[in-house]
Order: sequence, then structure tokens, then C-alpha cells
Amino acid sequence: MIVELGHYALALALALSLVQAVMPAWAARSGDAALREVAVPAALGTFACILFSFCALTYAHVMSDFSVQNVVENSHTAKPLIYKISGVWGNHEGSMLLWVLILALFGAWVATAKNSVPPVLRTNTLMVQASITFVFVLFIITTSNPFSRVAPAPLEGNDLNPLLQDLGLAIHPPLLYLGYVGFSISFAFAVAALIEGRIDAVWARAVRPWTLIAWSFLTLGIAMGSYWAYYELGWGGWWFWDPVENASLMPWIAGTALLHSTVVMEKRDALKVWTVLLAILTFSLSLVGTFIVRSGLLTSVHSFASDPSRGVFILGILALFIGGSLSLFAWRAPTLRQGGLFAPISREGALVMNNLFLVAACATVFVGTLYPLLLEMLTGDKISVGPPFFNWTFIPLALPLLFIVPFGQGLAWKRGDAAAAAQRLIAAFAVALVAGLAAAALTWGGPVMAPVGVGIGAYLIIGSALEIWVRARGYGQSRSRDLGTTWRRAVGLPRSAWGTALAHAGVGVVVLGIAAQGWSAEGLGTIRPGGQVTAGPYVATLDRVGPKKGENYEETAAFLTLRNRAGDVVGTVETGKRFYPSRRMTVTEAGLKTVGVSQIYASVGEVMPDGSIGMRLYYKPFILLIWIGALVMAAGGGLSLTDRRMRVGAPVKARAKLPPAAVPAE
Amino acid sequence: MTRKSRRLVLIACCGAVLALALGLILSAMTGSIVFFRSPTEVAAQGVAPGTRFRLGGLVTEGSLKRGPDQNVEFSVTDTGATVPVQYRGQLPDLFREGQGIVAEGTLDVGGVFRADTVLAKHDENYMPREVADALKAQGRWQEGAGKDAPKAAPKPAADATLGQRSER
Repeated sequence: MIVELGHYALALALALSLVQAVMPAWAARSGDAALREVAVPAALGTFACILFSFCALTYAHVMSDFSVQNVVENSHTAKPLIYKISGVWGNHEGSMLLWVLILALFGAWVATAKNSVPPVLRTNTLMVQASITFVFVLFIITTSNPFSRVAPAPLEGNDLNPLLQDLGLAIHPPLLYLGYVGFSISFAFAVAALIEGRIDAVWARAVRPWTLIAWSFLTLGIAMGSYWAYYELGWGGWWFWDPVENASLMPWIAGTALLHSTVVMEKRDALKVWTVLLAILTFSLSLVGTFIVRSGLLTSVHSFASDPSRGVFILGILALFIGGSLSLFAWRAPTLRQGGLFAPISREGALVMNNLFLVAACATVFVGTLYPLLLEMLTGDKISVGPPFFNWTFIPLALPLLFIVPFGQGLAWKRGDAAAAAQRLIAAFAVALVAGLAAAALTWGGPVMAPVGVGIGAYLIIGSALEIWVRARGYGQSRSRDLGTTWRRAVGLPRSAWGTALAHAGVGVVVLGIAAQGWSAEGLGTIRPGGQVTAGPYVATLDRVGPKKGENYEETAAFLTLRNRAGDVVGTVETGKRFYPSRRMTVTEAGLKTVGVSQIYASVGEVMPDGSIGMRLYYKPFILLIWIGALVMAAGGGLSLTDRRMRVGAPVKARAKLPPAAVPAE
Repeated sequence: MTRKSRRLVLIACCGAVLALALGLILSAMTGSIVFFRSPTEVAAQGVAPGTRFRLGGLVTEGSLKRGPDQNVEFSVTDTGATVPVQYRGQLPDLFREGQGIVAEGTLDVGGVFRADTVLAKHDENYMPREVADALKAQGRWQEGAGKDAPKAAPKPAADATLGQRSER
């Protein structure tokens, strides 16, 4: 019954989103302001319906209702509760439902955030948002219905793929989707502006917090996915340049560019047409990403045999929204009033360079991801574009960008002074040089790029700190003379200044972590109990191999003792092969020992007939910095959001007496 | 700076960065693209020793030999032709005889494929798409054939993003 209600609620959401998409357009023609306002309750209603529908599916999964096809295919009675819940989005149908749930969540959020958005812009935005919701709900109902029944109901389900039975992957999709789908708001704002034919600093101020929210979540989602791949797939890599990873990276890069161009637009009333285009492109890349992951079209190790009608449907959605919005852009953009040009050496000039390099880098990822597909269609040749391609194209474009980051921060708006900005950064240059040289000296004969990376990372972190320091100290006459004044001024700086510095420092931390991987080491061996494997400065001794029983798996676990070169015990590591009887599938569970921010990574191989086991040991110096840096970046985004100018959904001070009604927390 | 020269600087910057990106893409395309070959194509067309490519097919039944120090030998077939493969390292969990795999590496002068990466998939029903296509070309593969379908055949979870991989 609940399942049918969930299905019904989904159909209701389809109808409501249609009302939300059509009524305001009608109202615009008839000039009926009350009718226009229908968009707000419709957005809330759509969200409520989809939320109910999602809860109904979750209920079916938790209750192991095997009369539902989706539950049969992805659940099992012996599965732990947390994975019964995460199994809801661990499959195609459920994850599409999560997709539209988040879409509707953002729609409802915009609808209730009354104070930050002008009414006409808000209505048009909701209208565009609703049309996206409508099409995707239609997609779910017609091609991927999660509520379809199966009769007779089997006694047991097929279980979730064991690789997905992991806490990291339980929270990775919601985070990623909050980012991916969050960009739909920027897109809806852009299309709304094109429809209205008006775009100004108010628009930029309205769209910026939404972009920032989406960007922060996407950063977290990508980092989470990367960490999952690192420890769950058992080969110790943290980024593989896989099409599925690229699918999430492309909107992230474009979104980063969008964040920066909206700043220019808000402050200088320039780059307007470009910003609108960027907002359209960012969400278009999210859609392309959805298409790549959902259609199984790309030639990759991750392509799945999937229903071709789904791929065609998503391709249709792509054509509709990307083609439609770009056509609208081509038609309406010339009518938008262009902002002025500006001096190349200025804050906005540096931000333009940021946009240029980001978009170029994004384009290389795009080409590398989609070129194999195009080539196969045209010539039938099957090729694989791997890490060498991306390392060779992406890194040279990223390096100049990283150099600009603190430098551009030091330039003033309108007309900057390059020499003064460079002078402010002298300390950063010095520290970077010392750090790079020290790293090179300590590891002489090692990889060349790693010390360079350390230098760049240090430059970014110190440069970001200097930015806060210089701003707090003040300039010229108002320059503070004692640390107390500087401290008070630093505390008084806008939160967005702190957020920016934090996010940029986070980039530096990520760069440090990546650079340090140049010094990672690996050991390989077939050993018996008592045998040893060495990786870098650590030696692992196999103590014993024994069976272990899990809730829904049987494990052959290997227990190792780690020692450093001096022979002191550092700790113990456990790694195993888990056999999941429900899927007749074996999964390697890597063992991790964290020392500071470095990790030692053990991964068990085949168990040989003579009782020895294959063992791989990695030493990953400073690897946690990669994900810590991403957390810092997202924290920077979050901190900026608490800035007074950036708040969404929160009532303004004067109206603070009103009850905070249905305003979601930030 | 006049308006005209500002515009020129902007256009020059855009042009320079885009030219850089294009140059990088083109140079990477010539150097780091890896083609996929089935054993039949390798036998018929021949691949020069030392050229990196991806070899895909089924692991021949009974061909897996484990040597000391994690050295393994097996052969890959698409039933039309067979190529011997050597690899050192841990094989993916789902590597089995009769399963479809993709290996990346080079041929040596003796015609043995020296793989440095072996890819298998993480679902018991999965067949790498290139392998399935190559087998279809040989007329040896039928959609859905050979599966012991339970009541509701488990579909590969479309959400499992990354595959299993082993590399040296």
C-alpha cells in the first residue's frame, strides 16, 4: 500500500511540477500576479510529494518488501540496516529518485527564500526549475519506475553490490547530488534572466549563494568518492581520470569558474553575458555527467549493460535543456546590456584569467572524456584515454592558475599594481622556495615534480594567510601599529574574506597532498605467516591468516604487524577477502594504518594452494592532505555563506520578529 | 590604456590560453591514446612489439599458471584466436577462467602480451563491453546467453562507479 502511495505521490509531483512550470508563464501573459504566485506553493507541494515518494521507497527497502522489483534486485534480509537505507540510492531507479528529490528540495528552498530574490526573477527561476523537475520525474515514471511490483514475490533479494556496502558510498551520492543538482538553480536563474531580458548586480548577488552551496557540496562529494575509490577498490589510487569521475569534475571546474565570474559581475557589473553562459554550461555539464553515468554509453570499464531507452530519453533531456538554453542564449544575449571592459592588471583581470584557465582545463577533460565515444561512433575504433592524456593536458593548465590565485587576490579592483602585489607576496615566494628546495634536498634523486608541487602548495597556503594579514593590517595612513589592532581588524573582516582565504589555502593543502604522492612506495610479495613485505620506510610482518564472520559475509583476514626501519612497532593492520554468498562475490578489504597524515595501505591478494598469500603494501606519504584540503575548501565555502551578504533563506534583520516558518536552515 | 588596446589584450590572452589548451590536447592525443584490440585482430593485423594497446577477451579455461613471486601467465581468447599474457601482481577479485577481462600492455618480440594492468568487472554477470562487442563480431556471444537467470536476474548495479583494477 505504502509503495502504491509512493508511486502515486510521484505522479502527483509530476502534475504539480507541470502546474509550477506552466502557470507563471500564463500569468506573465495575462498579468495576473496572484496566479504567478502559484509557483511557490507548487514548488513546496512538489517537494513534499517527492519526499513522501522517497520515504516510501526507503520504507520498502528497510522492510525488505520483496514484492517490489527494486528491493529484490538490490536488497537482502541479512544486509545491515545502514546499507538497506543506502541501497535506496545504490541503484539506478533509486538514485534518480534522489536526484529529483534534491532538485525539488532546491526548488522549495528558492521558493521560501523570499528576501534575497526579486519576485519576478524568483517566479521565472521556479518555472525553469519546475520544467527540469517535470522532465526528470517523467523519465523516472516512464523508464525507471522504482515502485514496480514483481509477482510472485521471491523469498530473498539479490543483495546490493558488496562494493557499495560501505559507509563512504552511503553518503557519497547525496553529497554529490546536492552539488550536481544544486547547479540547476544557477541554471534556472540564468535562463530566468534571459527570459526577463534583464541582468544586473542584483542577479549576481541572488545567484552567488546558490552556486556556493552547490560548489561546496560538490567538493565534498568528489572528495568522498575519491576516498572511497582509494580504500575500497584496493589499488591505492585516489584519482583515475575515469569517465565517471570526470563527469563530476567537469561541473566542479565550471562551477568554480562561475563562482569567480559572479564576483566580477556583482562588484564591477561586467562579464554579464559570460556569467550567464557559464551558469548554463555548468548545469549542462551536470546533465552530461548524469548522461555518462546513467546511459552506460561510454567505452569504459564502468559501462554497464543498461536499458537503451533510458539513454535515449536522457539524450532527449540533454538536447532539450542544453540546446534550448543555448538557443535562448543566442537569441537573447545580444539584448543584454554589456558591461564595460577593464584593465588587464586588476582584480577582475586576474579573475578573467582564472576563468580562462579553468574553462580551458575543463575543455581538455571534456575532450578526453568524450573523444573516445565520438571516435568509436565515427570510425569504429575503440580507444582508451587514460591518465597520461589528462596529466599532460590538465596539469600545465592548472599550474599557471595556481600561480595567479594569491597574486590576483593582492590586486585591487579597477586598476591593480602588479609590483605591489608581488611585493606583498615576497614572504610567500620565499617560503615556497625554501620548502621546495628542502623537499628536493631531502629526497635527492626522487621525482622532479614533487618538490615543485610542495613549493606551489606552500605558496598558496602562505599567500592566502598573507592576504588576510595585509588586509587586517591596513594600508598607508590607517596601517595598524600593534598586533592587537591587527587582530581586532582581522576578526572584523567580512566572513567571505576569511572564506576565500580558507578555500584557497585548501587548494594549497590538496596540492601538497598530491605532490607528496610522488614519494609513495610500494612492496609486493607472496608470503607465509612470519614473512615480510617492505614499502618505503615500513616493513609489514604477516602474523596469521584466519577466518572471520561478518553480518552478511565471510572473511579471510590477514593480520599484519607494522614496523619502521628501526624495528619499532608502529601498529597492526588487518586486510581481508570478503566473500558475499548472496552475490557469490569476493571483495578485497584494504587495511589502513594512519600515521599523522600519512597512511600505510595493505591489500591481500590470492590465497595460494600452499597456504601463502599475495600481499601488496603501499606507503602513501601525506595522502590524507588531499581530502583534508578538500574539506578545508568546502569549509571555506561554508564560511562565506555565513557572510551577511550571502545568506539565503534567512529573513533580514528588520523582519526577524516574524516566525521563521518554513525556512530551511542554512 | 585605451578601450581598443584593452580589448586586444583580452583577446590575445584568450587566444593564447586556448591555443595552449589545443596544443596540449593534440600532442597528448598522438602520444597517450591506447587502442583496443581483440585477439583475432592481433592475429590478423599484427601489432608492432612495444606498442601499447588494450587486449580484451575471455580468459582461456585451464590456461592460468601461477609462478613464484606473483608472476602469472594466462591466455586471452575470443574463440577465434588466442594471445598468451604475462603479468606480475595481484589479479582483480573477479578474475576467473572463462571470464571477460581487459589487459593493458605491450607485445614482446615473442608474441607474448606483457600486461601491466588487468581489469575485470565487479559483477558476476558483467562482460566488458569491448569484449562483448568483439565476441559478437565473432558470432560467439548472444545477449543474455549463458546466464543462470534466477527469478529476477540481478542487473548490474548502475551505481557501481569504479571497476576493480590491478596494476603493477
